[in-house]
Amino acid sequence: MSKKLRVATTSLAGCFGCHMSFLDIDERLLTLLDLVEFDRSPINDIKHCGPCDIGIIEGGVCNAENVHVLHEFRKNCKILIAIGACAINGGLPAQRNHLDLGSCLTEVYLTEPGLAHGHIPNDPELPLPLDKVHPLHEVVKIDYFIPGCPPSGDAIWKFLTDLIAGKTPELGHGLIKYD
Amino acid sequence: MSDTFQLDGAAVPFEPGQTVMQAALAAGHYIPHLCYHPEFKPHGSCKLCTIKVNGRTTASCTMPAEAGLSVESDIEELNALRRTLVQMLFAEGNHFCPSCEKSGNCVLQALGYDLEVHATGFRHLYPDRPIDASHPDILLDFNRCVLCELCVRASSEVDGKNVFALAGRGITKHLIVNSESGLLKDTDIALTDKAMEVCPVGVILKKRVGFSQPIGERRYDQRPISAQALDDAPRQTGTGGSCAACEDPS
Repeated sequence: MSKKLRVATTSLAGCFGCHMSFLDIDERLLTLLDLVEFDRSPINDIKHCGPCDIGIIEGGVCNAENVHVLHEFRKNCKILIAIGACAINGGLPAQRNHLDLGSCLTEVYLTEPGLAHGHIPNDPELPLPLDKVHPLHEVVKIDYFIPGCPPSGDAIWKFLTDLIAGKTPELGHGLIKYD
Repeated sequence: MSDTFQLDGAAVPFEPGQTVMQAALAAGHYIPHLCYHPEFKPHGSCKLCTIKVNGRTTASCTMPAEAGLSVESDIEELNALRRTLVQMLFAEGNHFCPSCEKSGNCVLQALGYDLEVHATGFRHLYPDRPIDASHPDILLDFNRCVLCELCVRASSEVDGKNVFALAGRGITKHLIVNSESGLLKDTDIALTDKAMEVCPVGVILKKRVGFSQPIGERRYDQRPISAQALDDAPRQTGTGGSCAACEDPS
């Protein structure tokens, strides 16, 4: 049997909905495990990514840590896939992009009713937010995109099996969706 | 017997005065389009319907049909250009489909699906476009405007009201409301106006009916726009003219 493909996954500025949808491939996960093994992923809790064949990233880039993780994936993965609306166009987090970051933080932590004596979080362990939320392709080269919020388990299955079979992945009507 | 032209190798009959788009749709051939609407004079601005006629590119919605034309439409060269146009429209506005109540009934989104657009690939502009919620029954979300001018045309040509207009040039071009205050509440727009029906994207919305259709039952959930658009077009053989695109999805 040929060597298994090594796959890493992570969620940046996402909600883990795409990962939940990935688990929606249900028992096909067992078939997939005959073909691939997982590197860094929330599924196994490995913290850093080693050399991989495929990296799958959910969520956009909203803070400094996201940038580091994205670069780690790009450096280690031969093929990088952006999965879901947030990874592709910033999604819900990017709906702050037309606003000033400082005024967002002020309103949320200082002036919003019920937050008297609040302060803007500044613990050194917290990654600094970026002034804008970026889709992945604005930061590193992305090889493939699986749209959807989230893409269905069937769409993810079709895409990955096409890719693993060496075909150009196609979704087609019913599987391609942006919502 | 009417004259014909060739569209992707098929003979398409046409009546005098028809455009290539009208004749193609009437004969059951889909050409992708966004700003074209069967009930309005062609606008020729979105360029999604670009075809090659005798080797030269032109908009099929404004190109008069002529006997013997050799028209190419469904070819990779043109579909690649169409894909890029759709991607640029998505990158230029704020198109967040998951939170848009037009999702599933949106022409721009359906074109993206049909053309297999998986992502924009462009740097998104994220423009600052405040919404106008001043009217008691109607919401305007300018974030999704694609400048097709269908609401402008419907309001002036059908409703006789001139509620909408485009202002500015180039990248600063934008949809405005023709009232002293610039707000929709100070116009005489009514829910029954044609301008309320024609927006291909989620700009002009009736309040309090959002998300009333379940996912799976929306306009483009079951059939791609390439099939749906043919049903909407006036057909060569019937009396024509019914337009499902104008029916209220709610």
